[in-house]
Amino acid sequence: MNKRSHSIAFWAGVAVFLIAVLTMTQIVRNEYPFFAGYVILQFIALAVAWSILGGYAGYVNFGTNAFFGVGVYTAVALFKATGAPLMLQIAAGAVVGMTLGFGVGLLTLRMRGIFFSIATIALAIIIETFVMNWRFVGGAAGIQIQRPPVMAPFDSYVKMLFFVQALLAVTAVSIARYIQNSRIGRGLQALRDDELAAECTGVPTLKLKLVACMISGGLISAAGAPAAMYLQYADPSSAFNLSYSVSALAMALIGGTAHWIGPVLGAILLGSTQQLLAVTISSEVNVLVLGIMLVLFVVGAPKGIIGLLRPRYRLRAGGKP
Amino acid sequence: MFSMDLLLGAVLLGVLLGCFYAAVSVGLSVSFGLLDVPHVAHPAFLVMASYGVYQLNESYDIDPLLAGLAITPLFFLFGLLAYRVYHETFEKRGSDAAVRGIAFFFGIAFIIEVLIILQFGVDQRSVSATYIGKAWRFGEMRIPIRQLVAFAVALALTVLLAVYLSKTFMGRAIRAVAQDEEALRLMGANPVRIKQFAFGIATAVLGIAGALLIIVAPVEPTLDRAYIGRTFCVVVMAGLGSISGTLIAAIILGVAESIVLTLFGASWAPAISFAMLLGVLAVRPQGLLGR
Repeated sequence: MNKRSHSIAFWAGVAVFLIAVLTMTQIVRNEYPFFAGYVILQFIALAVAWSILGGYAGYVNFGTNAFFGVGVYTAVALFKATGAPLMLQIAAGAVVGMTLGFGVGLLTLRMRGIFFSIATIALAIIIETFVMNWRFVGGAAGIQIQRPPVMAPFDSYVKMLFFVQALLAVTAVSIARYIQNSRIGRGLQALRDDELAAECTGVPTLKLKLVACMISGGLISAAGAPAAMYLQYADPSSAFNLSYSVSALAMALIGGTAHWIGPVLGAILLGSTQQLLAVTISSEVNVLVLGIMLVLFVVGAPKGIIGLLRPRYRLRAGGKP
Repeated sequence: MFSMDLLLGAVLLGVLLGCFYAAVSVGLSVSFGLLDVPHVAHPAFLVMASYGVYQLNESYDIDPLLAGLAITPLFFLFGLLAYRVYHETFEKRGSDAAVRGIAFFFGIAFIIEVLIILQFGVDQRSVSATYIGKAWRFGEMRIPIRQLVAFAVALALTVLLAVYLSKTFMGRAIRAVAQDEEALRLMGANPVRIKQFAFGIATAVLGIAGALLIIVAPVEPTLDRAYIGRTFCVVVMAGLGSISGTLIAAIILGVAESIVLTLFGASWAPAISFAMLLGVLAVRPQGLLGR
């Protein structure tokens, strides 16, 4: 297939997926599938967004929880202050997330990889501490959220959130796919393989990293924004929970980061396993499984699931279409 | 109310706290500072040591410091093993592996955290010893003896390690491998074995440091997250690999935390080390006393 027909196939797939999701919200009566599905879609968005910086550029972001929590609390603050509708909350979350990404990038992306990683953990803790001391949104105790009435054509708020999160996941995937095939993606890959060489051959490394950090941050915050509505509650220690960071990172690396489909596969696989385990076993075992899988994959299968499926994937992905 | 006495007390407690921070960071100063291993699981190893000490103290009523000493050889072996795995899977494979090396230690930290939760539960745990619970009074000021014990042991530990690295043959070899690995290889030494040994030492020190951690305050399984900030703040501020710098940087952090705690209350304390870390990274990434 050439590039053009690839593109047509992709957008057709997106359309089919969204129509299927919409139909599902109209037909299925039981709310549980939407509850569980929302979480999986959220993980798809997070893992794909994470891999834009972590996978393509090779800068490991431990601060997914910082961006996620910022999304949650932007939405909460906006909703409490003005009663803004969901879409506006998400847009605001994305804007704040991008701004934060820009700031963090400017501050830390000149450093070697590990310093960037540590700095992102630091950021998460600092923002969490500020939110804990912020009375308006409930401080450390958290805040209850009253959902507004649901809009047509949905008959329950959870179904609407499910559809919205599907839109966000699709947005994240489309952007990641666009970046991967564009000059930005090739530049990021070049600096990931050898930053000095890339810089010397005229790749604007800092600019590219900043763009990647902004997009990644904006998408993560956007994916986090509806979480308060989903839980009808927000508190700092769960909104900034480090498990979001591990999940996003693990799902992306387990799926494989050479292609956008990797994080999607990782998120679906691990997200559904988690949903099953959460029903049957404790949540600690859940994290344990995730951690062990992560370690096994980074040691044994560095290219993730897509690397296992197609051993010479990188050659094909990097070659001519 | 703000007073000179209060400030003086905060500074004094801060210095005690700082020396304790030096003891928990000094291992990272070797593993990350000298050996360049992105060891984000260092604080998790530390908390694991604390639980080991807790177990020994609980079941056999062993003094926590002795218990810490007892688990030191185990931690040395554990360190050797951890470095071997890291080296074989990541260092050998070159630049692309760096990203996965960070993710690897992150994953290990999480596994340790969950295993501790499964074994001991999420509740706080503490140890008992004769010096825990008492305090010395100097007029208005009250200094817990546990702080003094931790201070003395921490100071001794840090100084000992500094002397070891600068005076002994093996210590100098470790610093040599940090400076120029290739030169060592050309001289017929095996840099990997030296680095492995150094990583073992860095992990062994955590046996004692873990004992100090649980002596100073009760521990809980997720305590390692706060110490990611503290240990990396100290090591980066010190300038990578500088042991004397570690002591100074740790005291600066301890005093800063203690003052903020006194003036603004406990809810701001967790952010101090992380904020200082960000500040140092942004302004002076080579550290205050950089090499």
